[in-house]
Amino acid sequence: MENRIIDQQLDRLRDKLLLLGGTTERALQRAMQSLTNRDSDLAQNVLREDKVIDEMELEIDRLCIEILALQQPAAHDLRFVISVAKITPILERIADHAGSIAKAALILNTEPQLKQYIDLPKMATNAAEMLRSALDAFTSEDAEASRRIIKQDRVINKSYKRIFSELIEMMISDPSITNSAAQLLFAAKHLERIGDYVKDICELNVYLTEAAFIKHSKGK
Amino acid sequence: MESKISISNLNFFYGKAQALYDINLEIPEREVVAFIGPSGCGKSTFLRTLNRMNDTIPIAKVDGTVLIDGEDIYSSKTDVVALRRKVGMVFQKSNPFPKSIFENVAYGIRINKMQTSKSDLNDRVEKALVNAALWDEVKDRLSSSAFGLSGGQQQRLCIARALAVEPEVILMDEPASALDPIATQKIEELVVELKKDYTIVIVTHNMQQAGRVSDRTAFFMLGKLIEYNPTQKMFTNPDERLTEDYITGRFG
Repeated sequence: MENRIIDQQLDRLRDKLLLLGGTTERALQRAMQSLTNRDSDLAQNVLREDKVIDEMELEIDRLCIEILALQQPAAHDLRFVISVAKITPILERIADHAGSIAKAALILNTEPQLKQYIDLPKMATNAAEMLRSALDAFTSEDAEASRRIIKQDRVINKSYKRIFSELIEMMISDPSITNSAAQLLFAAKHLERIGDYVKDICELNVYLTEAAFIKHSKGK
Repeated sequence: MESKISISNLNFFYGKAQALYDINLEIPEREVVAFIGPSGCGKSTFLRTLNRMNDTIPIAKVDGTVLIDGEDIYSSKTDVVALRRKVGMVFQKSNPFPKSIFENVAYGIRINKMQTSKSDLNDRVEKALVNAALWDEVKDRLSSSAFGLSGGQQQRLCIARALAVEPEVILMDEPASALDPIATQKIEELVVELKKDYTIVIVTHNMQQAGRVSDRTAFFMLGKLIEYNPTQKMFTNPDERLTEDYITGRFG
């Protein structure tokens, strides 16, 4: 009997989460574009779209509560609703970080370009790629993929450290660029945090598929 | 864990039809174990093997062992009346005797000659009614007919009647399935309370009820024990696909 009433609601929930995931992904990409292409209009766009993401988050929250209250899911169904309820605010926070990157872009774009942003876009591409694969792994309930993605966070952390020391050195050698360098540093920090959040999403997928809690256990 | 009841290789037949297949199960002392499964899966039959209630069915045949406190209840030496005193039972439909509230509870005490005096009998009746969480509601009308009580009160009266003869194990066959949510909640709270002193086995069709009251859950299907695990595990991450399908309503 695969046509359970709850199945329709779970499908709706999955669709809504994927829509939120896609929108978050796009916010991150556009925030980075606004920075690398020095496009302040685009940055404003990202900030405006954040409201849409907040709305989506509330909608998913409501649906999760409704399913828990009315359908009383158990086993895999229960783990699915719990995972979605926990992933939703993570996506919303990722979008907030994208918004902060857009804000940094707005400031940076008013000042002369400090240097070619080579490392930062690369770091952003990694973060966006991680996010996309994490959501794919969630959709296909592929715990192995999630475990692999968790390990990729190290690459992002390394990039952050490199960018951090580079920018500090630049600030020391030329204090007049401190403001711009600090903005870039913020942007890098936001990307580093996004990597951590994607890790949390991956851990929730392992919980969904295997009912195992791998949080705080070094990705085992 | 200390097993109160230990079942091994239990097979059960109604004539030629086999109703239970090779059941092995340990029921720990002072825990609540819930039996779940679709209608006709054998869970009630199995419950009734634990105090030999099936003996009354002429064509029934039991094979295997059921140990309670290490003693084989199917041994020829077993005193079946004593067994049923030790292993009390509460049914789906409350079945008070056509007597007063007091007499319903006093009945088993008298039959078993447990009372030492009139006041001892009164004390025992009161204690049983208190333990069944019914005393406050009936203490002023103990001599009224039991049939004047509500469905939920009648069911708690039956529990008091079972408790009066000082059992160690209580078997409950869907004790709340005919009750409204408030009466059901009272029975469930009672089950959790009684766990302190008794080992309880409860058959239920209500999955949330199994979740709320039991420590362990056994899932039966077509006469077989499919899975037996801590309740928390059964409802969040069962080992067996069949259990998952059943508790999430994937088959009817």
